[in-house]
Parts: sequence; C-alpha cells; structure tokens
Amino acid sequence: MAGSTLASATASPATQRPRVGPWQEAWRRFRKHRLAVVSGVVLLALILAVAIGPLLWAMPIDEIDFTARLQQPSWAHPLGTDDLGQDLLARILYGGRISLAVGFAAMAVAILVGVLVGSVAGMAGGAMDAALMWLTDLFLSLPQLPLLLLIIYLFRDTLTGLVGLEVGVFILIVAVIGGFRWMQVARLVRAQFLSLREKEFVEAARALGASRTRLVMRHILPNALGPVIVAASIDVAAAIIAESTLSFLGLGFPPDVPTWGRLLFDAKDNLDFAPHWAMFPGVAIFLTVLSINYIGDGLRDALDPRRIISA
Amino acid sequence: MSASTTDPLLSIRDLRVHFATDDGMVRAVDGVSIDVGRGETVCVVGESGCGKTVTAMTVLKLIAMPPGRIAGGQILWQGRDLVPLKSDAMRSIRAKEIAIVFQEPMTSLNPVYTVGEQIAEVVRQQEKLGRRAAMDRAIEMLRLVHIPNAQRRAHDYPHQFSGGMRQRVMIAMALSCNPKLLIADEPTTALDVTIQAQILDLLAEMKERLGMAVMLITHAMGVVAEVAQRVVVMYAGKVVEEAPVRELFANPRHPYTQGLIRSIPRIDLAATHHHRLEAIPGTVPSLLNPPVGCRFAARCRYVTDACRAAEPPLREVAPGHKMACIL
Repeated sequence: MAGSTLASATASPATQRPRVGPWQEAWRRFRKHRLAVVSGVVLLALILAVAIGPLLWAMPIDEIDFTARLQQPSWAHPLGTDDLGQDLLARILYGGRISLAVGFAAMAVAILVGVLVGSVAGMAGGAMDAALMWLTDLFLSLPQLPLLLLIIYLFRDTLTGLVGLEVGVFILIVAVIGGFRWMQVARLVRAQFLSLREKEFVEAARALGASRTRLVMRHILPNALGPVIVAASIDVAAAIIAESTLSFLGLGFPPDVPTWGRLLFDAKDNLDFAPHWAMFPGVAIFLTVLSINYIGDGLRDALDPRRIISA
Repeated sequence: MSASTTDPLLSIRDLRVHFATDDGMVRAVDGVSIDVGRGETVCVVGESGCGKTVTAMTVLKLIAMPPGRIAGGQILWQGRDLVPLKSDAMRSIRAKEIAIVFQEPMTSLNPVYTVGEQIAEVVRQQEKLGRRAAMDRAIEMLRLVHIPNAQRRAHDYPHQFSGGMRQRVMIAMALSCNPKLLIADEPTTALDVTIQAQILDLLAEMKERLGMAVMLITHAMGVVAEVAQRVVVMYAGKVVEEAPVRELFANPRHPYTQGLIRSIPRIDLAATHHHRLEAIPGTVPSLLNPPVGCRFAARCRYVTDACRAAEPPLREVAPGHKMACIL
C-alpha cells in the first residue's frame, strides 16, 4: 500500500477496512478461545460420527451372538461386545444419535419456553410479570428427579399408545427435560428485557413508529440473544446428562434402544470383568458434555453482552 | 412567521401531564400552550426539569403511561386532536408526520444492525416500501445528511461511526419518511461544540430543503439565537414567555428569560470589561408541591408580595410577545 499514490489518496478508509458486524466480531473473539475451538471440532466430529458412522460401520446393533460375549476390544469389535455379543461401537454410534438428539431437542424446548416466558414477563411487567416469575420460582423449587420419574411413569403408556413406543418416549423425555430446564433462561431473558427495553435505541425505534411486536422481535430480542446462546450450549450438556440419568435408572428408552445412558445401565453389573463396556459410553458422554461446556465458555467470552451493547 | 397564528401545524393547548410517584402527583407539564406553524422553527428553552422534554414526548405520546397521564388539554395536529388516539393510529403519525431526534446519539442506534438497515426499517414499515427501495432511500438519506461515502457507509454498524456522524444518521432516520414536523430534543447536548454547530447547520439546511417545521428543545440560549424564529421559555412546567427570537433577545420581559440571557457567555464583554458570568441562583422548585403564586418567585430578584399571592397569567405585552409576570 505504501507505494500506491493516487489510488490510495482517493480511496476512502472504508474501502480498506473490513466490515465487522457484531456477529463477525463475536466469531473473531470465539476463535481466540483455543479450547473452545478444539471442543467445537471434537463436537463436530462426534456429531458426524453418530450421523454417518452407522452407515459406515454397518454392524447390526441388536444381533445376538453368544459366542462373542463380553469380548475385549479387537479388530472385529473395536470397542468390544456386551453380554449378548452385540457390537459396542455400533451401539454407541447409534445411541449417540438418540443422546445428542435428545440433548439438542430438549435444549430447544427449554430455550423456546424460557424465551417466551422471559420476554412476556419482561415486556408486560406488572401482574403478568409477577405471576410468570412466581411460576418460574415454583418450577425451580420442585424436586426434579422424583418428578421426572413420576411424569414418565404416568404418561409413558398413554403417549406410546398414541405415537408408537420410540417416538413417544422421545417426545416425553424431551418434553420433561426441556420442561424442567427453561427457568434459568426465562430469568435471564427477563433481566435482559428489563434493561434493554429502557435503552435509547428502543425508545428511538418506538418514536419512529415501530410496533410492540417489532420492538421485541427486531430490537430487543437480538440484543438479548448472547447470554441465551451461552445458556443454550450448557443446556444441551445438561440435557444429555439428564437423559443418561433417566436411562440409567431404567426409565428412558426401552431396553433394546441403546442410548449412552442405557449402555451404562446395562454395563454396571459387569464392571468387574468387562470395564470397557461401561468405559466407552462413559467417555462418549464425558467428551460430549466437556466439549459443549468449553464451547459455552468460548461463546460466553465472544458474546459478552456488555461488549456488544457498548460497541 | 405569521403562519403560526393563522394555521398552526401543531397546536398544543393547555396541556397537562401528570406523573404518579410514590411521593404524590408530579405536575410535570401544567397548562402549556405552544403553536408551531408550517415551516417554522420554534425553540423551547428552559433548564433541566422544567417540562420541555415531557411536552415533546407527550406530543408523540411517548411518555410511559402509567405512571404518566395526560390530565388535560389538547394536542391538535393539523386540527386533529392526538390525545384520544389509540396506539395504532399514533404509530402511523410517528416518523411520517412528526419525527423526533433524541439527545443521545451514542446509544440511540441498535448495535446489531447496520445504519442502512435501521433507516430502511423505518421506511419499510411506515411507507410499505420493498426491501431494495427502502435501502435506496436509506442511502439517499445518508447522502442528504452529508455522510461521506453514503453508499458504503450504509452497510457499517453504529459503533463504526463517531458521535456527530451518529447524530446525522439519527436525523436521516427521522427525516426518512418526510415528516412535516421534526422535534429535536437537545440534539446537540451530547456533542462537542464544533460538532454542535455542524448539526445545527444541518438541521437548518434540512428544514430549508424539506420545508418542514422544527421544534427544537434546548437549554442553550446560544443555540436559540442561532436557529429559532420563535422562542418559548418554559419554567417549572409552565410557559413564562413567548416571543419572536429578535424581540426576545432585544426585549426580554420575564426575569427568568433575562437571567437566561445574562447567563450566556459573552466573549466581547469578557475582553473589555470585568464581566462576571451571571447565574440564576437556586433551583427549579419541586413540581410535587409547586409554590402558590409565581413559580419563579423564590429565585427572582424583583420579587414582590403580589408575586407570592397569585399566579401571574400569560399576557400579551407586544404583538406576538407574551409573558407571565406582573412587572
């Protein structure tokens, strides 16, 4: 650039400067968080593995072969076999689909409900706000695990009767896990709304004719999203753990559906002589949750609301 | 200038705005009448807390209700009263008929959208233009307010603009739907002095080009002298004096106005005389329990017993010159 004369004199500074929006800026900051980037790669690899892995490793997940019971990892069975001689790699890859799907779907439910409750409370104020926050506190104070067990016990049969066993259990589990995790999001969103709705740019938009819906959708919500995304990432991890817990307690999917929690449940009686059986699903859960949490950390740094708002 | 008496564009009549607080009812605006004629620039002056911003916000019904309440009076916009209008009807007046620019340009733009998108949004919503046409209008508006490289800058985010440039963007946004009246609420207060002058020039130029009326709210008499055609002086929720700008500066009648004018720094006097800048002693009285009689009495150098006994009415002392003082 130093050598150019006329061109650089007439060109405005804007032509050379890259255009940075808040989201590009957040991405730039996220990339600086090395652990988060590595975790992102790990998570992506895990997702790819469970998505296309079962196609490549075409071993059946439910073929019983008593001659191959409780085998240690080998070339034929890279992660060994369980007590029915079923291939663990295939079962973990397949189970990962369900565990991750439950994790993301439950997160989506939690975020949806949380954003809805939080934004209505934050926007309406008054009695509505008080009632919704009372509801939130109520949910927060409920003993979750016993209630989860009770709800699943009560509704599993009705729902499976309606939409079939696997879909029914999936919907039920996603609904109960999501239904017990929206409260933090609701509080977060409400707090964001309370501060954002007093911002001058919201007032300015209102002064120039923006309707209430538009104010919420275009001006308040996008600015409140940063912390919600962070909460969402952590919710995915929590939902995967919750699903594992339910499956481990035998209340998740039916026994022939190998989710990661279910695999652990099945493995627990054989820990002494087949530790690999419990170890691999455990590692899968551990890696997933750990990488999601690190991604959450990276997102927290990248989407720090103070930096975005004051920018 | 005579347009104001014959056919006012905006006619605020005996407006009363009350706010319910824990301590009681605050009468923030207490019987204010202001007319703005077509193409006229009216300045509303007064110190902080005298009700000028509340008056302006009430015109567009932007005050929070509750706790605020329009307790009386009319806001006639081209003869039609805005006070009973529902929020939907009010929305269609904002930006299209009456637009407003606020004091704080640094925070008045949404950080997550480009300035072009934000202007285009107002246009799309108020004039039902398509995405492309709205963006073209946005760029045209940025060009109009002298943003260099408007085409490119439209795609920049607010944090990439300086304070003065952001205020230009705000003005472009406010003018994007061709309002007949622009209310500017202390548009230069947050800016440094050279930028202030530029923004005032810009407002004057825009007014000239687009033929709109301007209601400028300020506490700076210097600004008033520069841009106003007519001046309304407010004190403690009331109008205390109103006059054409020359008349007001040449012949200020109300002691408060006189005090305001004396408190303008004068470079010519400072150089030749031992001239001390005068201040008006005291502060604006609480509007929770405003004093009986003239509200300025406690701070007035000419105060008499009569001042404390009854409130002096606004009376015409010369053609187009009204004031509320018994002297």
